[in-house]
Amino acid sequence: MPAKTLVMERGKRSFWVQSYLPEVANGLAVTLKHLVRFITRQEESVFTINYPEEKRQYPERYRGLHRLMVREDGQVRCVACMCCSTICPANCIHIVAAEHDDASIEKYPRIFVIDELRCIVCGLCVEACPCDAIRMDSGVHCHSFTDRTTAFLNRDLLMNLGTYSAAKQGGERSF
Amino acid sequence: MTLLIEFAIALLKVLVIVFGFVMALGSLMTLTERKYSAFMQKRWGPIRAEVLGFRFGGLLHLVADGVKMILKEDFIPSGANRNIHTIAPAMGLFTAMVIFAIIPFADAWCTGLALPVEGMDLCFGFDDAEALQSAQPAAVATFAPTHPYFQIADLNAGLLYMFAITGIGVYGTALGGWASNSKYSLLGGLRASAQMISYEVSMGLSLAGLLMVYGTLDVNEMVREQGALLWGTVPMWGILVQPFAFFLFLTASIAESKRAPFDMPEAESELVAGYFTEYSAMKFGIFSLSEFVMVVFIGAICATLFFGGWQVPWLYADGFHFSGDSMLAAASGGAWTAGELQSYVQASTPDIALPYGLVVFLRIGCFLTKIILMIALQLQIRWTLPRFRYDQIMFLGWKILLPASLINLFITALAILLLR
Repeated sequence: MPAKTLVMERGKRSFWVQSYLPEVANGLAVTLKHLVRFITRQEESVFTINYPEEKRQYPERYRGLHRLMVREDGQVRCVACMCCSTICPANCIHIVAAEHDDASIEKYPRIFVIDELRCIVCGLCVEACPCDAIRMDSGVHCHSFTDRTTAFLNRDLLMNLGTYSAAKQGGERSF
Repeated sequence: MTLLIEFAIALLKVLVIVFGFVMALGSLMTLTERKYSAFMQKRWGPIRAEVLGFRFGGLLHLVADGVKMILKEDFIPSGANRNIHTIAPAMGLFTAMVIFAIIPFADAWCTGLALPVEGMDLCFGFDDAEALQSAQPAAVATFAPTHPYFQIADLNAGLLYMFAITGIGVYGTALGGWASNSKYSLLGGLRASAQMISYEVSMGLSLAGLLMVYGTLDVNEMVREQGALLWGTVPMWGILVQPFAFFLFLTASIAESKRAPFDMPEAESELVAGYFTEYSAMKFGIFSLSEFVMVVFIGAICATLFFGGWQVPWLYADGFHFSGDSMLAAASGGAWTAGELQSYVQASTPDIALPYGLVVFLRIGCFLTKIILMIALQLQIRWTLPRFRYDQIMFLGWKILLPASLINLFITALAILLLR
């Protein structure tokens, strides 16, 4: 099958455009205008953010470091349902479930580790969580690592970032 | 003894001009380039280096860069030719600095009484105006010697020297690329040799028109002739008599300096860093310093040849003359008598009279301002225009600039033939 080809007509360029010089002058005028406006402070918009001192205002739905939410009594909300680790495209969530003393809760994560080096910050774990146990709204950047093992955030560390969630969990069973 | 004094003066000129001006401006350029581009793009540029909480607007980055360059590992790749690899950056910087010998920062110092004659200062053999007044009116005025205190080498073949040295300049680049034992470096070096040799042709030819107009290769003499007033009002700067040659020369010399939009030898996008890929530490620093010194030189030579050099518009040895009528006329018999000079000094005072020392000072200041403006223009071009493709550079050099400079030469020759 012959490939579909589309022949594009090249627009006629005038002598002045081809000579390149007027366009050079135009370009220089544009950059000079920006330079003069910046130096004379006619424009307040400076793109530079002096990072450690000034911080960018993050959007409301910015995804930062993960955190695990807690119940009223301070226990982890997570019921180790594996939804997050299943949906995670980077396979960065590792959960080992254990049986909870409270029969109505059934399971809790004995080990809950997120490998922040693998995390692609997609937010699918948060979407998948059925009980508002994991969130990414901490507004905190992942810290920098010098050692690979420090990039594995465990349950207690993630819970320290977390707060109490008022979302109703479990509920009465109708069946 | 006088030889010793001459030697001391020459050494002092080298120290002040090369180390006090060229090196200072060249190393300042490393910061200026980043700051200038940042301001064009609404950024602050480098501002974070600080000592005890003082930042001096980023000026400390000069020190930080220098310390970094000196302390980094000086790496020579295995298989590289160690000697040539070491010499190459020095050759680059050497040519870039030695070339400043021909730049006149002011007119040669007049030991007698300097008076303007049709736009050119002549140095008459009287100590000052009072000595002139007491001279015999009928005596023929003699000339006093002038000393080129503001030019390292007052060569009568100044421009030829410039072309010779820029011709050597390609060796540092080409040898550095070749001695590195790296294919990126070698390609960069080859590109540099091809590009610099191609553009040298049109660079020389674009100035040939200027040589025909001024009739001399002596750079200081060329600047002196630019003080002549065209139609009695406009200083005859090179840009007025050879406007086309200015654009040709500027293009060719930016290509000579190997900077964007002609940065084929460096070519970050395809050759890593081109000819200095395998250089680190201060050798790398010297390569980039020689590039910046070359920018300063292009600014200086453009200002000298096309923007009147040290000439302040309408300023002559005894003050401002806004028209050619208030200056001395050419001598009728080839020489002036003391009486003619006396009547000039008494009658036609300049529009604004200034002492000779102040005039020299103003001229140096004016020349430095012109250099800085020309450097700013080069930075503006470097940060505005996208880079060319390699074949486009060769096309531009051989098929556009070369014929254009030949046409310019032909038209100039024709005009001189018809007008004279």
